[in-house]
Amino acid sequence: MSTRGLKSHRSPVAEHVLSIPRSGIRDFFDIVSQREDVISLSIGEPDFDAPWHVREAAIFALEKGATHYTSNRGLLRLREAISRYVERNFGVHYDPETEILVTVGVSEAVDLALRAILSPGDEVIYHEPAYVSYAPLTVIAHGRPRAVVTRMEDRFQLKPDAVRRQVSERTKALLLNFPNNPTGAELSVDDLQAIARVAAEEDLIVITDEIYAELTYDAAHTSIASLPGMKERTIFLHGFSKGWAMTGFRIGYACGPADLIEAMMKIHQYSMLCAPVLGQEAAIEALLDGLRDVEEMRSEYRRRRNLLLQSFEQMGLKCVTPRGAFYSFPYIGELGMSSRDFALRLLEEESVAVVPGTAFGACGEGFVRCAFATAMEEIQEATERMAAFVERYRKAGV
Amino acid sequence: MDELLELLKRNALETPENLGKMLGLSADEVRKRIAEYEKRGVIRGYQAVINEDVLELDRVNAVIEVKITPERRGGFDRIARRICRFPEVQSAYLMSGAYDLLLFVSGRNLKEVATFVSEKLATIEGVVSTATHFMLKTYKQYGLMMESEDEYERLKVSP
Repeated sequence: MSTRGLKSHRSPVAEHVLSIPRSGIRDFFDIVSQREDVISLSIGEPDFDAPWHVREAAIFALEKGATHYTSNRGLLRLREAISRYVERNFGVHYDPETEILVTVGVSEAVDLALRAILSPGDEVIYHEPAYVSYAPLTVIAHGRPRAVVTRMEDRFQLKPDAVRRQVSERTKALLLNFPNNPTGAELSVDDLQAIARVAAEEDLIVITDEIYAELTYDAAHTSIASLPGMKERTIFLHGFSKGWAMTGFRIGYACGPADLIEAMMKIHQYSMLCAPVLGQEAAIEALLDGLRDVEEMRSEYRRRRNLLLQSFEQMGLKCVTPRGAFYSFPYIGELGMSSRDFALRLLEEESVAVVPGTAFGACGEGFVRCAFATAMEEIQEATERMAAFVERYRKAGV
Repeated sequence: MDELLELLKRNALETPENLGKMLGLSADEVRKRIAEYEKRGVIRGYQAVINEDVLELDRVNAVIEVKITPERRGGFDRIARRICRFPEVQSAYLMSGAYDLLLFVSGRNLKEVATFVSEKLATIEGVVSTATHFMLKTYKQYGLMMESEDEYERLKVSP
């Protein structure tokens, strides 16, 4: 440190940033990427490329000279299309002028929402196993993350009572992610209503990351924002990465009460300025003419999910049926090894990559995440190898 | 369309076991349904999609537009069926627009196809005219690209 000429007692990196861990997924990525010929079930993005007409719209926009900044809030044409889409599919109306902000993926939107609402020391309740960014982004925003554990016995659904027990004087917000990464869980409408009541009674802001909303396999998705009285206290986050297979375009959006969106916009305008214009043009095309693509991809994911589940059953691994997203979260605890050991040995011995459940919180111990955003043939091959692996360790263990 | 048929259209070699897993059916049920489709004539056959361009075969393919005079009884069908009996004809469609039948024909060389057209096809009673177009290169067939492009790299692990 002294070589930088800084005062030796001070770390060059801020303490709260030092305190957050690197993503467990990132760690595992470093191990996997050293190997060749790996079949990966650890990829959290669609294997489909973005639909051709969406890509073509971006090319056309580029030809026309779409190379400039857009409004901080995003192109008005896009916000209008988002407003129509959200109203039709989620049953909530947002004013395109004041209640919608286009962001660089939902990732930025989560960051903006937390920074916009948290004062130092405010607490945010979220549920684990969870997507990797919620707790670190809360810490970066000088808040305190408070995890509520969801369990396999409850099909990884968030229980309203468990939320209520975690509420304190300092609780400012509740962060939801259903359909869930990594468990594939969806909330029942009853639970959703009960959670909404808790939020109202305890005066919590709800940040709801519904990036997987289009990808549900057994029943249509309901947003908490659509429940009576909830629009006023909910920041609804959505985007194009998963449903439309547009991860690299980096387009998400936040919808919410005008004062909250205005606060998020202030941070966004100074830190990001605007989301990339080509991504925004592509997103307009996706909303105007991309619903059939979503439907086709959903059908394919459903078939892959069925295949994975049947394979787990044949291996004797317990797995809650994923109702949405493209992740399964089978229980491997009976094989007498940790999630991390399971993932490492499976990679070593069978060249199949899955993500240890602990990457999504300590309560993920005993589980691994297997994504079905990979071609059917690869899933088939991966499950055959995994079956051989499980069989081997079952014999050795018993 | 039945999801089973969609899957078979995509890959007819998929095993009944895997098809069953995807659709939530037993392998036996899948076999039974396939057999029924074959019996009903819904499934007409199974073929590989081959990029003949890379095989350097002695073979040319042509598309032929045919105008025919419909008959009082039977319309276009009788003549169309007659034309379809020739093994040179790979596919045949009744079309709307400037001509009536569109034929996909293959032969060993230009001369063979030309002979087929002038001696067999054009001489059929009811055939008014033909226009033959030879194919030079195949880019896409049955929904499949004939040249593989390098896949854009996707991270092996991502959140």
